[in-house]
Order: sequence, then C-alpha cells, then structure tokens
Amino acid sequence: MDYWKDFRKVFFTLMTLGSFWMLLFFVVPMGFLFVLSFSSKAIVNGETSILDYNYFSTIANYVDAAGSSYLVLLGRAVLWSAIATIVCLLLAYPLAFAVCFSAPKWRPILLLLLILPFWINLLIRTYALIQVLRTNGFLNQALGFFHLPQTDILFGTSAVIMGLVYVYLPFMVLPLYSTIEKLDKSYLEASLDLGASQPRTFWSITLPLTMPGVITGIILVFIPCLGSFLTSDLLGGPNNWMIGNAIQNQFGEANNWPFGAALSFILMYATFFVLFVRAMLTRRSKGVDA
Amino acid sequence: MNNIKSNRRQLLKGAGAAMVGITLMPYKSMAAEEKKLNVYNWDTYIGETTLADFNAATGIDAKMDLFGSNDELFAKLKAGNPGYDVIVPSSNYIERMVKANMLMPIDHAKVPNIANLDKQFQDADFDPGRKYSLAYMWGTFGIGYRKSKAKATPDSWHLLLDDPTYAGRISIQGTAEFGFGIALKTLGYNWNSTDATELGKAKDLLIASKKNIKIFAKDNGQDLLASGDVDVCAEYSGDIVQVMKADTTNDLGYVIPKEGSNRWQDTVAIAAGAPHPENAHAFLNFILDGQNNANIVKTIGYATPNAAGRALMDDEYKNNKNIFPSDEQLAMCDPGKYLGEDATKYRDELWTAIQAA
Repeated sequence: MDYWKDFRKVFFTLMTLGSFWMLLFFVVPMGFLFVLSFSSKAIVNGETSILDYNYFSTIANYVDAAGSSYLVLLGRAVLWSAIATIVCLLLAYPLAFAVCFSAPKWRPILLLLLILPFWINLLIRTYALIQVLRTNGFLNQALGFFHLPQTDILFGTSAVIMGLVYVYLPFMVLPLYSTIEKLDKSYLEASLDLGASQPRTFWSITLPLTMPGVITGIILVFIPCLGSFLTSDLLGGPNNWMIGNAIQNQFGEANNWPFGAALSFILMYATFFVLFVRAMLTRRSKGVDA
Repeated sequence: MNNIKSNRRQLLKGAGAAMVGITLMPYKSMAAEEKKLNVYNWDTYIGETTLADFNAATGIDAKMDLFGSNDELFAKLKAGNPGYDVIVPSSNYIERMVKANMLMPIDHAKVPNIANLDKQFQDADFDPGRKYSLAYMWGTFGIGYRKSKAKATPDSWHLLLDDPTYAGRISIQGTAEFGFGIALKTLGYNWNSTDATELGKAKDLLIASKKNIKIFAKDNGQDLLASGDVDVCAEYSGDIVQVMKADTTNDLGYVIPKEGSNRWQDTVAIAAGAPHPENAHAFLNFILDGQNNANIVKTIGYATPNAAGRALMDDEYKNNKNIFPSDEQLAMCDPGKYLGEDATKYRDELWTAIQAA
C-alpha cells in the first residue's frame, strides 16, 4: 500500500527535516572527503602547500593505501575485531539468556545494568580500565594480596582486545536479548518433550531461531571495532596500531587529509563488504531478520 | 493561510536584521575593543593567578581553552580561527603557521617588555626579527628515570633503543618527530635530518627497538614514569621537572643523553583573525613583565627566557641543571625545525611502516 501517495503533505513534512539534516551533515561532508581522497596538495611557488589542494587530480592516495604497511594495519583491525566479536558473542549469549529467564521483577533492573555503561563516556571507561590493568593497578594489587604472580598486560594486544570487548559487549547483548525474548518458549518445550537432548535443542531450535539477533550483534560489534582507534591508542603498545590509528594520524600529525580520506574510504568499503556478507547470510536464512 | 504568510514575512525581516548585524560586527569591534581576550594554551602552562592578575591590571576578562599538541592547535586554526587571540605554538610550528597565514604580525611598539627577554631569544631562525612569535618558555628533551630502578644514570639513547637493560620498562614519545629525532641522534645524525639513507637506518633501529619499548606514549611519559608503569622515558625536561617536584621520595631523575638531543622553545603568538588584537598585545606585554613572568615560572617550573623574571627567582631554580643545562650540553641539542610538507610526509610514511612492522 502506498500510504505516501494518500498523505503526500504529511509524508513530505515528515521527510524534510531529517533528510535535510542528513544531506547537510552526512552527504555533503562525506562527498567532500570523497573528492579529497582523489586530490593532492597543491604546489605554490615551487613548494608543497599546507592548505591548498588540486582537486580530482590523482589516484595516488589509493595506490599508496595499497602499500604493505596499510594492509598489515587493516589486517590487524580485521583480526582483532573478529576476536573481540567472538569473545563478545560467547559472553553475551548466556548473559542475554539469563536476563530473559530471570524473574520478571528483576528483568528491568538487569537490563538497566546492561545499558548503564552507555551512559559513561568511552574515554572515561577506557581510562578506568587503565587504572585496573597498569603495573601498580588494582588487578596486580589484588593478585599481590593473594600472593599470585603479577601480570603485565597493559599496553599489549590482549589489553586492546579486552578493551574492545569491554566497550562493545552491550551492543551484543541487547539485540540478543530482544530476539531471545521474542522466542516462543513452547518450541523449546516441544523439542524437549519429543526427546531431544538439551544440546540438540540448542543447536537445532534455539540457535537458528535467535540467528537474526546473533547476526545483528556481530555487525554492531564488528563494524565499530574495525574503525576504532581510541582503544588501541590508549591500551596498546608499540605493536598495536590498527587502521584507525593510521587514519587518525593522517588527519592529525601528518596533516595529509587527502591520504587520510582515501584510507577512510577503503575502511568504508571493507565495512560495506561485511554488510554484503550479512545480506547474503540473511537471504540464506530465508529472510529472517532482526 | 494569511497567518502563515505574515509569519514568513516576519521571518525574512528577522533574517535580514541578523545579516546586517553580522556584517556590522567587525566595524563595531574596531571602534572600541570589548574587554575580552581568548587564550589557547597547553594544560598546566600558566601561572595560578596570571589571568586574574591580568584582569585586575587591565579590566580585560581573559578566558583560556587548552590544547594537547601542536597538531591539535594547527588543525583547529586550519579550519579558520574560531575566535582565539593569543596562542602558544612551539617554535617548529611557527614557520608552518606563518606559511599557512595563521599568525598576525606582532607590533613590537605595543610590547615594550620584549626588552626583558635574553638577547639570544630576541631573534630566531624560525622567525627572523620575531615578527610573529615571542619566546615564552624553553627546554630540552631527554630521559626521565627512576633512580631506584637504574644501575647507573641512563645517559644514553642506546639504553632506550638497542640495549636490553630496561627492556619492557621504556616509553618513548610516539610521534614521528620525536621517534625519528631520538633514533637519528642515537646514530650520530642531526635531529632534523631529511636524508633518506639516515632516515632508513633510523627506521630500522626503531623497528628493532620495539621489542624493548613498552609503549609509544603520547605527551604522558612523565605520568607513566611517576606511576611506575615504566622506569625510563623520553620526555620534555619541564614535564619531568614537574613530576620530580611532586615526588616526595626523590626517586626520579632527568638526564640529557650524551649523544645529544633536542632543544625547543614555546612561543606566544597572536592568531590571524583574532577578535581582540589590542588586548592580545596587552596580554603579551603583561606576561613578559618580570614579576608576572616569575609568577608563571613559580607555578610551572619551566626554563624562562625572561631575564627580568629569572632574576626574581630563588637560587634553587636558577641553578637547577635539569632546567638550565650547561652550554656544552645545549650545543649538542638541535632545535626542532619545520621540514616542509614533503619531508614531513616521507617521515610519516616511514613512521607508519614502523608501527605496522
């Protein structure tokens, strides 16, 4: 039914403000970055200019971006994001189930506790994690109290992955919770009544029916992880730059916005690829979607 | 319907009035500058009462915003001055900012207290005649260390790069400028080298050093040292002097490595398009006054280029070798320079390769 044809005025009224906002603050800046990614710094009086560009003059930025350093950094980002996403899923799935099957009077409180980290700034949460993991931090103090050996995980890969999981776990729990809550529990009862074991019921009934939530959770965690730079910047050591750090560096210290723009677009294409894979998976699971 | 039309007309009228207001504003501020000043400065880099004292002396209400690095300052002004009058860039950014038309020439006649500056700070290679920048504070770059964890004074860059003594307990400033600077000095080259062979060797050295280095720090090496996360760090002299002052156990030290290092100067300048240039000149003159300068130094503890200000300080400050190194040591320290956009880009490619190695 084409409601919009019957209520044209209402439709366009509803559309205008949001569309205008998206156009002005999303499409226009991204368009500018897209142009910039094909630009080079202008030569003024025989010197490379600091501020002026030759627009649409080159594809050198994309050629440079295919250099081995950037592929390594992109590869790192994909690998660590994948690990963080899997850890999130393993932690979040039982957690979401537990919340769903908790007593109704507890459920709002448990959900609130899950959402609570959202209210605290990412930077503050990361600094808090530093306080826990640092050499004389709370973790080592606690280990020392029980006469256990000290750890030295801050400024390393495990700290970065821990940080990513810590920050993005709620993004995994919430979509899982919403699908598990909608799950018709009588299917589970039927499966068990008909003699299927608990594991069999999980693999054949529960998991397929909650798959849309799993996929949404994976997307919601994996994509922001891929572009993150703050976590690796603050918790990482000398071997922990991800592609996001390289992009930040190009827009900051290196003052090479055209190259930074090209790297950003490559990361965006990687993201589109992930979404494409998701669309294929959704089609295979016969249109079930969260 | 009528109603809507008249509303639209009113809206247009209002917009027109706003437009006239916007175009008139510059004329108005030219006539008589409002008693306001916007300062953009580093954190913990001004006297406790400086802004209040300035207000008491001139009636000008000074507000201060903080930046964390020269890049942040540069990026902010690159998009157009958002309203800052006085800014505090480091010397190696002056040339770059002048080329990018970010600075306003300083009228020396309005800043008579320039005479208080040491002679060597009255002129500079990076700003001939000091047309755009006046010296604010200066210092060196070196190694901060924890005495109880060091066998001997760690007076060599080798200990931070290719010597296992402090493996896993080292932080180095994580920018291309300082990473390459340290590696180049270790190899006996100039801090500002743009020679591809020399930079290639420096890159190899830095890649090899990654197994010893715990972290490429931001401007927080001194905090990592104070909290015990690292035992040696490459940092600015002033930052180490600040944590040494705060450390009651007297367990921290600072040394300029024997291979030489870098010396830097922070400057005060007036941003192009500053809304209150008259007040900005008054502020520069105010902080260059001997007593006011000494008050700033008492809070921040950096080396002041201001002779009148230094004369008012106690001997403990004046004779502090960490703040004022010997002439021989300073001769080994290269001033950081603006290398041009192409050389900066080349260094940055190598820096990314080091990170990805």
